[in-house]
Amino acid sequence: MADPIHQFEIQKIFSLGHIGNQEIAFTNSSAYMLGAVGIIGLLMIGGSAGKRLVPDRMQSVAELSYEFVANTMRSSIGEEGMKFFPFVFSLFMFVLTANLIGIIPYTFTVTSHLIVTLALALMVFLTVLIYGIYKNGLGFFKLFVPHGIPIYILPLIMVIEVISFLSRPVSHSVRLFANMLAGHITLKVFAGFVTSLSALGALGIFGAVLPLAMTTALTALELLVAFLQAYVFTILTCIYLNDALHPGH
Amino acid sequence: MDPIAAKYIGAGIACLGMGGAGIGVGMIFSQFLNGALRNPSASQGQFANLIFGFAVTEALGIFSLLIALLLLFAV
Repeated sequence: MADPIHQFEIQKIFSLGHIGNQEIAFTNSSAYMLGAVGIIGLLMIGGSAGKRLVPDRMQSVAELSYEFVANTMRSSIGEEGMKFFPFVFSLFMFVLTANLIGIIPYTFTVTSHLIVTLALALMVFLTVLIYGIYKNGLGFFKLFVPHGIPIYILPLIMVIEVISFLSRPVSHSVRLFANMLAGHITLKVFAGFVTSLSALGALGIFGAVLPLAMTTALTALELLVAFLQAYVFTILTCIYLNDALHPGH
Repeated sequence: MDPIAAKYIGAGIACLGMGGAGIGVGMIFSQFLNGALRNPSASQGQFANLIFGFAVTEALGIFSLLIALLLLFAV
């Protein structure tokens, strides 16, 4: 049976030089990231080039995705959070495109690597931390002191709030990574059943219909998960940014 | 006991924690459907809250998965 982990392997395409003993290389991961950015760029530039009153297909996709993220942001942060719109929109489109490219067979899923999702999550975390302190000064730390808590349990609550704040980048990144990793391994394991069953002869080929149907159904489920996880990533980004704008609970 | 075997047993036990997250996520969606079927017109506005509750609950299951992955690949 084919190795289900093989799809996550990083292959070097060409080397860019060394920093210390660490080689800096252009890999298949970098190529798929560039591809995702290229697809988003083409979609957005192509969609906004025509500026038709009645949009064609490409313009509708661009408008729909814009409106979708804008409505999500308006309802969770409010109008003053819209200055973060370019950041959140780029994050949503990048994660969604990378997830969707990964569903195509024989492709590489960029978001199934922890380092990629951790970099995205740390970007959000540091934006919240730096912008929150820049905008509110020391008032940002009111985030850890909720209102209306009796004074004798306040120290305990503060410790819990600080720990939950610090664990945000971990849960934010591992959620996306684990969902993508687990989904793709499951897909490949079921696809492996098809080949190993059909090697058994006529009865095996008949039996291989079942895992094949399962693989098809799982691909549909993965499509839903790809969209849902991009949406979850975006909405958590909005909620964390909301803390930077309004730190008092 | 062989330390490698203990590592794998530990990773398996750590995954039990995800059952709790499963119960939690199930409760969130069942309660949402419960409320949404009583008042369908109000359910549209609560979709973001639903996803947020789902994500926060799922985070705890992810922490136990993280322990399992750390045991398997980092320890």
